[in-house]
Amino acid sequence: MMGMIVKRPGILALLQDAGRRGVMHYGLANGGVMDRHAWAWANHLLGNSWGAPAIEVALGGLVLEVKACTAIAVCGADLSLQLNGEPLPLWRVHRVEPGDELSFGHPRQGMRAYLAVSGGFQVSPSLGQSCATVMREGTGGLQGNGQRLQAGDILPFVAQSPSDTLLARRVPDRWIPDYQADLTLDVVLGAQVDAFPAEALAQFFDQSWTVSTSSDRMGARLEGGAIKGLSQRMISEGIGLGAIQVPADGQPIILLNDRQTVGGYPKLGAVTPRALDLLAQCQFGRPVSFVPTALHDAQRQERQFLNFFASTLSM
Amino acid sequence: MQWHYEIAAVDAITLYFGRDIELAQVARIQAAQDALATALKERVIDMVPAYTSLLLRYDLRQDDLAHLLADIAPVLAALPEVLEVDHDAPVIDLPVYYAPEVGPELPLLAERSGLTIDQVIECHSALVYQVFAIGFAPGFAYLGEVAETLRTPRLATPRKRVPVGALGIADSQTAIYPLVSPGGWNLIGRTPEAMFRPDQTPPSRLQAGQQVKFCPINRERYLEMGGRLDDLPWQQEAH
Repeated sequence: MMGMIVKRPGILALLQDAGRRGVMHYGLANGGVMDRHAWAWANHLLGNSWGAPAIEVALGGLVLEVKACTAIAVCGADLSLQLNGEPLPLWRVHRVEPGDELSFGHPRQGMRAYLAVSGGFQVSPSLGQSCATVMREGTGGLQGNGQRLQAGDILPFVAQSPSDTLLARRVPDRWIPDYQADLTLDVVLGAQVDAFPAEALAQFFDQSWTVSTSSDRMGARLEGGAIKGLSQRMISEGIGLGAIQVPADGQPIILLNDRQTVGGYPKLGAVTPRALDLLAQCQFGRPVSFVPTALHDAQRQERQFLNFFASTLSM
Repeated sequence: MQWHYEIAAVDAITLYFGRDIELAQVARIQAAQDALATALKERVIDMVPAYTSLLLRYDLRQDDLAHLLADIAPVLAALPEVLEVDHDAPVIDLPVYYAPEVGPELPLLAERSGLTIDQVIECHSALVYQVFAIGFAPGFAYLGEVAETLRTPRLATPRKRVPVGALGIADSQTAIYPLVSPGGWNLIGRTPEAMFRPDQTPPSRLQAGQQVKFCPINRERYLEMGGRLDDLPWQQEAH
């Protein structure tokens, strides 16, 4: 087995995949890639199946040395990616050779880039049929202990000489998002929305919020005019992906992949998974706003995405 | 069985079975979870039981909400309204070293309740507790209900670091911290047993619906069983 060696770990580089299934009732987080759009395209370009593990590089700084010939694709944020000191375009397949150095620099657009390799990184899934890294729990990842990538880590893959057809593949322009565009996120209403006074809901939907620097893989914290008049009395319950909870300080939190499985703050609904893919690329301090959408439409949109990238039922 | 649902996420709903935290809910939710797992199989990705509810995440490639609800309704309708808690179910014994050195709030609880520390320990270890939910952290079991005299609100300022195995009380609930984590529960003891074992199936020592009893052990036995005393944050803070 050949691989890539981590020379510098950068700010935060994690082994991630589609996330865990069937283990939330043990209190285990879902984990998984924050931007499935970029991750799924990187794998799709290489002909990898939906669940293939890739490296989620947040904010850059990661430097890798390639030890064998293969094809790679990097999709998502523009983190000033270079191959042997030369800029390397995103959203397309490239050939890499033994001795090549891949380096991620500073972020120019977006937050997270996904590095996929032909055949996927060869790491055995553990909890929830996944190798997702959940640092907070000390679970999953390369060593199974929740650790982020460290200098000296070896990311194994099967060496191969990529065909010219594979090397010609690239993502059509219309599927490459503009991460600088104003962000309006679709929300399906639900959970305790009936307990929210009309003024509180108007406050949420009528203002533009800022993504706080204290956001992480557990939750995107929003800053803005506090939502008032909300009763905090409720019984703790399981939390779905994207749930929008409003704690006593009135500053909403969107619960993400590494969220706790059970919580007791009132929720007005959830951001759609497709909108979360975009939120994952939203730089701290940028404005976001929200718009209600019908569940039927959100499910149709999500099903379209899954049917394109994950049409086989084994994922 | 009476129930209603709310949308929890694009691919998840929460089924509600009542409004209040009560022991009878545990058996109802467990019955619903078992019946739905059998009926829906691979259409369900995750189910998370809690005090009065069951979160159900489903596979959108196989279902939309209407389709799913049409199949959930008859399954739940077939379940009885009243389900007895299975009193013959085995009670899981967990050894606990109750002492101020590992349970720094024992003196506080004694003072609030007017009991001696030994009486607090006796009171806490006399009851059989029900696992209402697993959450917050892997293997973190919410157990209830704590005797009235021992109910104590969370600390005003949570600890930055609660050691693995610490046993705490927050109002009517009691729980063991399965991992080192921040936490604001009143600590009264510590178990030498692992509550979260990522390499075992199931990884969580306790499951929702189970019953638990805490068995007091002394310092010597605690150490024999592999319990640690060299990692207590409040001792390091004092130095």
